[in-house]
Amino acid sequence: MALYSEVVMDHFTHPRNVGFIEDADGVGQVGNAKCGDIMKIYLKIENDMIVDVKFETFGCGSAIASSSMATEMIKGKPLSEALKLTNKAVAEALSGLPAHKMHCSVLAEEAIKSAVKDYYDRNGIEYDHTQFPDCENCAHCHE
Amino acid sequence: MQVYADNAATTKMSKAAIEAMLPYFDKTYGNPSSLHTPGQEAKEALEDARARIAGCIGCEPREIYFTSGGSEADNQAIRSAAYYGARKGKKHIISTAFEHHAVLHTLEKLEKEGFEVTLLDVKTNHNITARQVRDAIREDTCLVSVVYGNNEIGSLLPIAEIGEVCKQAGVPFHTDAVQAVGHVAINVKQENIDLLSLSAHKFHGPRGAGVLYARRGFPLTNLIEGGAQERGKRAGTENLPAIMGMAAALEEACANLEDNQKKVTALRDKLVAGLSKIPHCAMNGDPDHRLPGIVSFCFEGIEGESLLLLLDAQGIYASSGSACTSGSLDPSHVLLAIGRVHDVAHGSLRLSLSHYNTEEEIDYILETVPQVVSLLRNMSPVWRDLQNGVRQYIL
Repeated sequence: MALYSEVVMDHFTHPRNVGFIEDADGVGQVGNAKCGDIMKIYLKIENDMIVDVKFETFGCGSAIASSSMATEMIKGKPLSEALKLTNKAVAEALSGLPAHKMHCSVLAEEAIKSAVKDYYDRNGIEYDHTQFPDCENCAHCHE
Repeated sequence: MQVYADNAATTKMSKAAIEAMLPYFDKTYGNPSSLHTPGQEAKEALEDARARIAGCIGCEPREIYFTSGGSEADNQAIRSAAYYGARKGKKHIISTAFEHHAVLHTLEKLEKEGFEVTLLDVKTNHNITARQVRDAIREDTCLVSVVYGNNEIGSLLPIAEIGEVCKQAGVPFHTDAVQAVGHVAINVKQENIDLLSLSAHKFHGPRGAGVLYARRGFPLTNLIEGGAQERGKRAGTENLPAIMGMAAALEEACANLEDNQKKVTALRDKLVAGLSKIPHCAMNGDPDHRLPGIVSFCFEGIEGESLLLLLDAQGIYASSGSACTSGSLDPSHVLLAIGRVHDVAHGSLRLSLSHYNTEEEIDYILETVPQVVSLLRNMSPVWRDLQNGVRQYIL
């Protein structure tokens, strides 16, 4: 199919890191079922390093591929680096997404940030709130 | 195996239709409006096609107007009836909530021009009744326009009964019969239809050809101005090859209608029975009154586009009413109209069959769809929440 790049199709049909982590140190979920996409990221963290990551996604092919690619990009990396992951970097790694699917890569970025935030909150770690998205008031689903 | 199960989108052309078109590209290629011999030969073929198509739906040849397809026919039918009504001070139109966009968007434009539109509710049985139409008709109603058979969920409307109601009330009746013509028996006179739209590529004919049937004497409004083609009601040189292909395809479809209907209905019923076994799913559309070929389901916990892509990878070509496939944030208006909430409307699958499909193909679909649904559910956080009781099942 020409709708998506080969990389997107590869990650969609053979998603990496799909699943969940029972005793995750941080869990982030963004999107909602009404909009048709939900992304959930589970992190296992040791010494500020992401030692394991899993995802579950309800959504279209590009949402699943974005989750898969994003988890690959942060696995084994320090949290500081994971927080720098941008949706653009995810989309580029996927050899591009159609314009109307760019929000899928945004969801991936936000799901990761939300999972890291959850880890910080659980452990009482101080952080800069401005670097995290405000999913409650995000316009994506309310246009 | 490759299974084309998207016949409501478009169909494979029949051999007879292709062959019927060929002579009109390079042998009988004159313009039917020309006075010379090649022109008159083309004109003869055009009128022959008109008569044959008229015979298939039970009207007179002069009541057939060739258009570019179903959308144009819908647009012209609705605008014609609306402006005819407006001249008599009638500006109320009745339609349904699950019409094709060719109808709904035309009605939206007319609302901006001061018309009032009542869209009948389709939640009960995913259909409407003639009673609903009768109750909605007012003194100032100038048109009832309802789909003959719905393109997304397959509900077949009680057209003859609605036609009778409209006749009694003296209200013009249009039906968008794009999915029905060539698949179910239609007679515009017996069913009291004043205006009907049909499209060639839905019954194994070519794209770019359709028909507006308008009862003799019904005043049509031109959408396209120009030459005097189509009794002055639709300008532009006739697409003769496509029209010849359409006539051949329709004749073939009507000649084999009973056999095809029987065959396709049996395939459809087998498909419905098999898909119904998937847990937490629901069939969309009227369970008792259906087009032969259209099957639509919603599967909870998954999204339709990913379902389509995985089916495509397995060689099954279908469609969905999810937002991701509609190009908007909302899932199909048809699924919302029948009462499916967003969460499950996103997980819809439409399989539309034709007589070219086989029982082996249905077996293959029934083997593949449950696997793909289960694969997607296993990576869905919604499904996990449903299974763990965090979220309540809707279906």
